[in-house]
Amino acid sequence: MTPAVSRADIAPTAYAWEIQATGLKVRVGRNRMAVDGLDLSLGTGVHGLLGPNGAGKTSLIRALATVLRPAGGELELLGESTGGLGEHRALRRRIGYLPQEFGYYKRFTVREFVEYMAWLKEVPASDIPAAVQRAVDRVGLADRADDRMKTLSGGMVRRVGIAQAIVNDPAILLLDEPTVGLDPAQRLRFRELLQELGTDTCVVVSTHLVEDVAAACTDVVLFAEGRLVFQGTPDELAAAGGPEHVGDSPLERGYSALLIDPARTRGAW
Amino acid sequence: MNVEHASARLIDGYARGDTNLVADEVWALEAHLEGCRVCRDRLSAAVMTEAPAVAALTEAVWSELEPELAAATPAAARRRRSPLSRLSAWATPAMAPWLAMVLAVTLLALLLDLTELGSGRVSLMLLLAPVLPVGGVAASWSRDLDPAYELTASTPRAGLQLVLRRTAAVLAVVIPTLLAGGWATGVTAAQWLLPCLAFTSMTLALGGVIGVTRAAVALLVAWTALVVVPTLATSRTAVALQTDGLPVWGLILALGVAVVIARRGAYTVLGAHR
Repeated sequence: MTPAVSRADIAPTAYAWEIQATGLKVRVGRNRMAVDGLDLSLGTGVHGLLGPNGAGKTSLIRALATVLRPAGGELELLGESTGGLGEHRALRRRIGYLPQEFGYYKRFTVREFVEYMAWLKEVPASDIPAAVQRAVDRVGLADRADDRMKTLSGGMVRRVGIAQAIVNDPAILLLDEPTVGLDPAQRLRFRELLQELGTDTCVVVSTHLVEDVAAACTDVVLFAEGRLVFQGTPDELAAAGGPEHVGDSPLERGYSALLIDPARTRGAW
Repeated sequence: MNVEHASARLIDGYARGDTNLVADEVWALEAHLEGCRVCRDRLSAAVMTEAPAVAALTEAVWSELEPELAAATPAAARRRRSPLSRLSAWATPAMAPWLAMVLAVTLLALLLDLTELGSGRVSLMLLLAPVLPVGGVAASWSRDLDPAYELTASTPRAGLQLVLRRTAAVLAVVIPTLLAGGWATGVTAAQWLLPCLAFTSMTLALGGVIGVTRAAVALLVAWTALVVVPTLATSRTAVALQTDGLPVWGLILALGVAVVIARRGAYTVLGAHR
């Protein structure tokens, strides 16, 4: 009889936080620091990464996905340091990543593409068909699984992106602007999926839509010019804003209160 | 083998959910039931007689589930991975352009060689052979040709393993093409095989530092300036392509391979895709 849970499943974790950054710096281009001295600890749950355009959200997510090496400071993922030039294969098997520009192969069917990604993520060959079916099911694309990617709408392509990110049952799930191109109904479904995943996974969702954060996130990380501005629950973010701040909802007012203080504002935008 | 089975008292009591069974008896009984089919059958018979309420509940659940189960579509049969995703394990899915390029260039060089339109005494095939795989290697790692480059770079397989697989795929196309071309024009494999492999390894080694596409362009420019142009100008086979040069090419190949292995982590970051 094969046991239902393996020893690895019930082993206690050797780390306090799934993601722990201390003084993290990430360089973009020759001399611009996109992330500049960031201290951040993230555990299980859904973390909304909010910030204006150019705040360094994408660079931070890339560093978390280990495709950009930190230029300084320390970044520990699942207790493993990501510095140096190692391959981090064991760590990467437990990370799911949806980049902002999700590129795909037009001639592949949905199933072929997710299968290919599962293979790249070193999912055991015998588990691949079942894992792919489950991931495609979870994003509601089971009926289109054997259609070619070029026949899909933008929202469906985005959902394939989410499917490939969760195909390896990651412990850290990084989603860069996942709700772009989703219609309101799909967005609601997506938030449900996020909450479901957040019960046992550390999900980091970068977004510039404040309402996404309100609906699905347990934790808000406000990020501007490469630095942490605020970390707390959505309610705490809402409490930071008063009626004198611009915005249509309490969260938006909190967002502008924390972000648009006169000393920081540069230019009209 | 004479196996001891659970007593009727225990099984009946367990089926009724009696509270007078002691915890260690329940524990031992459950452990036994897990491994003993006979006692499981006895238990299910006991449930029917001793706990009709439980039996009725299970019946009710089944009778409600059955129509739904009948309507549900059975899961798709366990399927094998499709040929396309199998092929992708070796060659990058964005392989069509470089495949066409390699074949077209070889064919062109072959035609020029055969029709004597080229520079006569120098084989164009031989001149092009070392740099043919460079294009393929570059295409495997190109940001512009591979739309999923960022996804690929973030996966655990992205390091040395994928580099070797994709390079093997490039060579699997280039070498047979060159062999066929060489057979037609009378250029022996010994003259071009080592330079060809050396250029491939140099592209990868340099690519780990400045990005594979940039490395390929740099090597192509260097080869054109240092060897192709002088050869065509003087109509003499360059020193680099004479058999005396082979040890040097071997050395370059070894150096390139060593650098690739030592810096294998470099292919797992976005920098290699420049």
